[in-house]
Amino acid sequence: MNSVAEIQGAVRAAKRVRVRGGGSKPALSLPNCQDDVQTLDLSTLKGVIDYQPDEYTFTARAGTRVADIAALLVEEGQYLPFDPPLAERGATLGGTVAAGLSGAGRYRYGGIRDFLIGIRFVDGRGQEIRGGGTVVKNAAGFDFPKLFVGSLGRLGILTELTFKVFPQPAAFATVAAEFEGLSDLLDALDAVTRSAIDLHAVDFAPAEEGWTLWVRIGGLPTVLQERAQALQSVLSAGVGRPGRLSLHREQEEESLWKTARSMRWLAEGLGLVRVPLTPQRVPAVEETLSGSNAAARRYSVGGNLLWLGWPDESAPERGEQDTPQDLHTLLLDLDLQGIQLIGRARRGKTQGNGAGEENPLLGRPLQNAFLRRIAVALDPERKFESW
Amino acid sequence: MNVHPLIDALSRIYDSDRLLTRPAQLMAYESDALTVFQQRPAAVVIPQDRAEVIETVQLCHEHSVPFVARGSGTSLSGGSLPIAEGIVIALNRLDRILRLDAEERIAVVEPGVINLKVSEAAKPYGLYYAPDPSSQSICTIGGNVAFNSGGAHCLKYGMTSNHVLGMTVALPDGEVVELGGESLEGVGPDLPGFFVGSEGLFGVALEITLRLLPIPQTYRTVLAAYDSLHAAGDAVTAVVASGLLPGAIEIMDALAIKAAEVGAKAGYPTAPALLIVELEGEESAVEAEFAQLMQLIEETAPVEVRMAQTADERARIWKGRKAAFSAVGRLAPDYIVQDGVVPRSRLGDALAEIDRLSASYGIEVANVFHAGDGNLHPLILFDGREEGALERAEELAGEILELCVELGGSITGEHGVGMEKRAFLPKMYGPLEMQAMEDVRRSVDSRSLANRGKMLPAGEAESLTHVGPHPLEKAGVIFRE
Repeated sequence: MNSVAEIQGAVRAAKRVRVRGGGSKPALSLPNCQDDVQTLDLSTLKGVIDYQPDEYTFTARAGTRVADIAALLVEEGQYLPFDPPLAERGATLGGTVAAGLSGAGRYRYGGIRDFLIGIRFVDGRGQEIRGGGTVVKNAAGFDFPKLFVGSLGRLGILTELTFKVFPQPAAFATVAAEFEGLSDLLDALDAVTRSAIDLHAVDFAPAEEGWTLWVRIGGLPTVLQERAQALQSVLSAGVGRPGRLSLHREQEEESLWKTARSMRWLAEGLGLVRVPLTPQRVPAVEETLSGSNAAARRYSVGGNLLWLGWPDESAPERGEQDTPQDLHTLLLDLDLQGIQLIGRARRGKTQGNGAGEENPLLGRPLQNAFLRRIAVALDPERKFESW
Repeated sequence: MNVHPLIDALSRIYDSDRLLTRPAQLMAYESDALTVFQQRPAAVVIPQDRAEVIETVQLCHEHSVPFVARGSGTSLSGGSLPIAEGIVIALNRLDRILRLDAEERIAVVEPGVINLKVSEAAKPYGLYYAPDPSSQSICTIGGNVAFNSGGAHCLKYGMTSNHVLGMTVALPDGEVVELGGESLEGVGPDLPGFFVGSEGLFGVALEITLRLLPIPQTYRTVLAAYDSLHAAGDAVTAVVASGLLPGAIEIMDALAIKAAEVGAKAGYPTAPALLIVELEGEESAVEAEFAQLMQLIEETAPVEVRMAQTADERARIWKGRKAAFSAVGRLAPDYIVQDGVVPRSRLGDALAEIDRLSASYGIEVANVFHAGDGNLHPLILFDGREEGALERAEELAGEILELCVELGGSITGEHGVGMEKRAFLPKMYGPLEMQAMEDVRRSVDSRSLANRGKMLPAGEAESLTHVGPHPLEKAGVIFRE
């Protein structure tokens, strides 16, 4: 697809359409070999339309790669503070919005929902519609930009996006703390996230022995050392003291977070599932997961998000109980929702679709009356997939 | 429309002291803070719990009677103006903070909870609720949700929608749905984000889950006076380009300064323009950033600079700023406040044009604005006792809104479209966009009952009348942003 008109034509002509951008989240864009579904490739609908560093805004076509945007912004000392994930794997702006993905940096100033301020999308009738605006503050009309965050291409096809950006801190520092057990880590997490220290990112993951917590701060380099020390004392003060603390700066620090953004920690062959939760749910999730073979996981956004490496549908030597379908059941038991991004998804019925189609949604169903009514208005003929 | 069968049905739920139908009782609900609009509803109900709200909404749907959910009535866009022959659902008694979970850093509240009460309740845990509309001591969270309220600190932390994680909502036919949850992240479309700012058209929020933030360790506030608005605007550009991210950047013009002096005795310097910049965060970081900020400000040649050294001095600077609007009431019998947004770099152009319009209409305009995000608040002064003065002031206000759209901005930054600006929404969006909004609204609310006549241009036109400021505003209890 090289133009909006082409997309509009395709939507009008096809019985059903799905969208693919950079292909970095294949579980969302690749499955479904049904004859009546036409996949529209938006990776060529790219390019920056406008960038106004003084306004803290830019507008770009949906197929523009996140990595290209990051490179453009950094020249002006700006960035997308929510650390869009999978940029190194070719993620596009449109795909990142449609999948509703924010990374570790979301902790400080908010997620992709908070930085997307304007959109254009093609609805189920093939009309291009504008939502939001191009200024950082705007309360006029329904907030379509927010609606399209996480919409998975099921309410319309994003063609153009306007984002708010922020000045990038001059320097970052990260303190890594090692804990014997999860409960000690969670005590420290509570202490540090309630302290007055401005935290950019708070991630944790099981280590070979015990657990590791990474806490990132940013700002003027002259006082970063002093602030890092204050952070270390908060971490050492609690009941569950860390076994070891280490301070990371510059290149080495940056690579810690690059690993998180690009999901480099995810072993080859594992699928990637994203599960929102809250810090208080972490022990129950750990208890449930410890019974399975799934090993790879990383908690992000201060315990509000779990990235989970899980065997996918096609994995040859997966355990008996570690299929995406099993994960679906586990998440249902935990009353959580998840979405598979990488790997072949489970085969499950989504409403209105065939039973044999792959379904990336796991756990508690998304469907509710509000969403149903919105979807009917924007896509009356159900050109896009249903939930 | 015969509303009596509905009122009969409502009288089986509500005692007579919570079902108001007599003209004297209804008078208090006839308008909100945008007092130029007045409308008497058929009845006002005062529910005590969510079950009563749901039942009321269901009954309205059954009887096809429109309803307006209302909090404290501080809307500046006529958002909670009643509908003739409709019902007002006054939510002030749903004022419980249901849960305050410091570990999860959330508060679950009912819609009638007053904004400031959330921060007060969170304070013992070192937490606060960030959005701070100037009316925060009286406005309710339900109203903030409906109109996506802002405040002086939006630049860094965003508006109401950036702080709402989840909601329980009664859709316009009374069906109850859960949107979002307690996590900062979600799966699927951001439905709480879509509901916030929908101006009551999608139904009534019954329970709202708010994100709380740690209270900043310290604030540093500087006030700089300039010999022109242009110079103050240049200073904003310098601050923004420096990479600093202040919590607030505000500008006031001479007339607004005068008003603040008369109204709040803020002790501001007399100058054509005042700039307020505030940094917040950790002590050591703010200290270092403030040094950088002061150097920047010195380079912009201010005529006077004052730093707030104590919490009291900071409070005084903000008191003048927050009271400026109401204080304008001392300079003229009446005024209209506008809420347009322009790209930050076009602030100078916008102000020059407002100046020109003001001169050509012969109407004084005071300017107070959130300069950091280009949000203008022109205050158009008039005397409503003069024949045609209100209409001319409205006309000028309209020209300013059109100017904001022309410059690539918005007709509202934080007050909402409401009743007041619904004729201007189609100037900002094209017919396809208006149709899409109407389609979604019809699909959510097939009978267009929820806050009918707001935001989307439709329904019966209300009459403009002159009544002067809100009584609470006259008394200095509420301020306009």
